[in-house]
Amino acid sequence: MMEKMIFGRYVPADSVLHKMDPRSKLILIFLFVCIIFLANNVVTYALIGIYTFLMLGLSRIPIRFLYGGLKPVLWLVLFTLVLQLLFTKQGAVIFELGPVKIYEEGLRQGIFISLRFFFLILMTSLLTLTTTPIEITDGLETLLHPLKKVRFPVHEMALMMSISLRFIPTLMEETDKIMKAQIARGVEFASGPFKERIKAVIPLLIPLFVSSFKRAEELAIAMEARGYRGGEGRTKYRQLSWHMADSLQLMILVVLSVLLFLLRS
Amino acid sequence: MDISLSHVEYRYQANTPFERLAIQDVSIDIPSGTYLALIGHTGSGKSTVLQHLNALLQPTDGMVKIGDNEIKAKQKNKNLKPVRQKVGIVFQFPEHQLFEETVEKDIIFGPLNFGVTEEEAKRRARVALKQVGLSEEILQKSPFDLSGGQMRRVAIAGVLAMEPEVIVLDEPTAGLDPRGRKEIMDMFYQLHQDRGLSTILVTHSMEDAARYADQIVIMQQGKVAKKGSPEEIFSSPVELVQMGLDVPEVVRFQLKVEEKMGMKLDRIYLSIDELSSAVSDFLSRGVRS
Repeated sequence: MMEKMIFGRYVPADSVLHKMDPRSKLILIFLFVCIIFLANNVVTYALIGIYTFLMLGLSRIPIRFLYGGLKPVLWLVLFTLVLQLLFTKQGAVIFELGPVKIYEEGLRQGIFISLRFFFLILMTSLLTLTTTPIEITDGLETLLHPLKKVRFPVHEMALMMSISLRFIPTLMEETDKIMKAQIARGVEFASGPFKERIKAVIPLLIPLFVSSFKRAEELAIAMEARGYRGGEGRTKYRQLSWHMADSLQLMILVVLSVLLFLLRS
Repeated sequence: MDISLSHVEYRYQANTPFERLAIQDVSIDIPSGTYLALIGHTGSGKSTVLQHLNALLQPTDGMVKIGDNEIKAKQKNKNLKPVRQKVGIVFQFPEHQLFEETVEKDIIFGPLNFGVTEEEAKRRARVALKQVGLSEEILQKSPFDLSGGQMRRVAIAGVLAMEPEVIVLDEPTAGLDPRGRKEIMDMFYQLHQDRGLSTILVTHSMEDAARYADQIVIMQQGKVAKKGSPEEIFSSPVELVQMGLDVPEVVRFQLKVEEKMGMKLDRIYLSIDELSSAVSDFLSRGVRS
């Protein structure tokens, strides 16, 4: 039932992006999110677009799969477009139908903003699709390490993150299981009036909460039994390694940023 | 109610990189009143087959016939509720599905969903509770205050109160102590006989399959590897062992006896009583001759 979800999901493959260091990927995404706001004309958007699709190609994620998973988000993108079209009232009127007037600036803004939105979603999905959750948290922990100086609990945050990421599939499986059990008892999740459907969620949520609490307690006991006592002096099994490809990717992004700076109007 | 699966195939997450073929070309006939045991290793496709029995999963190829309802691949199915009411499923660890404030409310949840009146549902709750061996005192308790074994029984009562014609059991005794195990299994067998229910039991336990079932289907790697009556299935124990499956203790014992004494009994016996009388018959005949 939740088979199509792709958020936070890792797709194993042998690609340049999969092999990159999670630290460089995180920095890359962070920079990308910043520089995408530099784009403000056709040339700069085209540049960003080419870059995004280049990365998509490098990831070797099947386009059809990506499309299937991003479909619901595409509706959101479309929605932004429509909002911009209807509510930006600048420039010449290019289309008129009764009370609805579409302005030139509205069309421009709409297309640009929804494109920006779309590229952002695509790039961030690429991060999670090509990086295992454990790599992401490892990368984050190392990157945020300096914050320890100001007593920010970096290790605890990373642990919390990896635990929650680790249990997403488990929780989904559990949801699926309980959903099926309740469907077998006559609950209808997918049809019926709206009010009934809201009510149908209760037999799903309560068992999920109960089992999550139980699982949390069991996990805590299991961790203590294996001698977990916080991040102090803890060594790492997985060592991160920075390669040439990582530096190269960052260089490409820096070049892209410079180009955006020069070409923006 | 008759159920039949013909050439059923199911793929999880079809058309994604995670696509996985779970079962393939599975054909099983379950006439009304059968007690069928479905045996196989973890990952052999047992649970997938089970979920086809009340249309929780729709085959990606082939057809499932439940009573008069035909469920085919690539076809929208409307109104599956009557099917689901007639086929009750007790999932693995059914206690995980409890959610109501009181035991009574949880048991009547299913029947109410299927349009039974509240009075009737409450009456059924009492009957079901008795069947699973619990007293009426706990009706007003919270199901979360009960012990694990009691919770399991309440969950089972919730399915029984739907008064299904077919009952599907997915390892209903996993994690119970030996006594609870036997009580629950005997209870289902009693129901099977008294009400003429069709029963489909998914299990790892050869003992249970040998003791209760009149049809056994062995699944291996998503396919039906073997099907037949318990006598037929266990008459070739070597084959079972090659499939990595166990043989009931009684059968193992019979094989040992035959080996030690250099003889062969006329058939495979599945209960201790039958085997012991067969062996003593053989011995007394041996003495006479």
